[in-house]
Amino acid sequence: MSIDQTDRRLLIATESGLPLSPTPYAEVAAWLDLDEAEVISRLRRMQDSGIIRRIAIAPNHYALGLVANGMSVWDVIDTAAETLGEQIGALDFVSHCYLRPRSLPDWPYNLFAMIHGPDRETVETYREEIKALLGSACRKNDILYSKRILKKTGMRLKKGA
Amino acid sequence: MRRNPLPQDTLDATDRAILNTLQEGFPLSPRPFAEAAAPLGISETDLINRIARLREIGAITRFGPFMDAAAMGGAFCLCAMQVPDERFEEVMTLVNALPEVAHNYERVHKLNMWFVLACDRADEIHESADRIEALTGLTVRRFPKLKEFFIGFKVTA
Repeated sequence: MSIDQTDRRLLIATESGLPLSPTPYAEVAAWLDLDEAEVISRLRRMQDSGIIRRIAIAPNHYALGLVANGMSVWDVIDTAAETLGEQIGALDFVSHCYLRPRSLPDWPYNLFAMIHGPDRETVETYREEIKALLGSACRKNDILYSKRILKKTGMRLKKGA
Repeated sequence: MRRNPLPQDTLDATDRAILNTLQEGFPLSPRPFAEAAAPLGISETDLINRIARLREIGAITRFGPFMDAAAMGGAFCLCAMQVPDERFEEVMTLVNALPEVAHNYERVHKLNMWFVLACDRADEIHESADRIEALTGLTVRRFPKLKEFFIGFKVTA
């Protein structure tokens, strides 16, 4: 599905957040000189087609006490990677899990799982849990702890593209 | 963005219920706050005020629509670079200045800078990564997602 100019304006207008008013869609409509029903129906259409994954709150992991965040990476045999990826993605301490290409020779890892916990010790126990789950299908693993967030703005559409 | 935990009793049970419920979604209707407030047992005004406060104290990083670049013909790509320590700030400034860089993290590894490119056309990903290589003289390793194993949002507040 593609988006037209009005959809694009709507996404740009809301990408930094919805207004905190009782009628947020009417307010966005007023900014863009549209009517409320059109704003709602366009957002619904984009949500149904997956262009908008969801309209929601993104909690701040750090503020909620999840201050240890590690990107765990796993070299999993290709034939088992999809099945095992599903199982890892379902663990409640894993927020995202992806299959990605390796970058050989020094990066043999193809499965990436973000692990969150209150401290590194807990994150390491979670990592052991993943290791046990993968068993002999995994040849090597590592974890990259985040040291600093350098930027976090989310996707930004180009204006007038 | 807030990087440290909030003091113990900053959030009450209702705040936690809001964080847990509204991670899943928000109504697309003329009075969405009223609709979302009802099952939480609070008023529309209370919900709005609480979200405003959660945002102010840094418990929320965003509230609104989350886009999927791929569904509109674009793409995301995770990239990594090995940046020499003495060049770290300079390279960070160059990379962060690009609007297509959605997130950027410093990580403890030889590959110490990890960022996500988000472009609304898939072919712009490699153009952008090539541009970063030209600007910095460093190799940009590219890790596009081949598959996502995604089972909902579940940071329990």
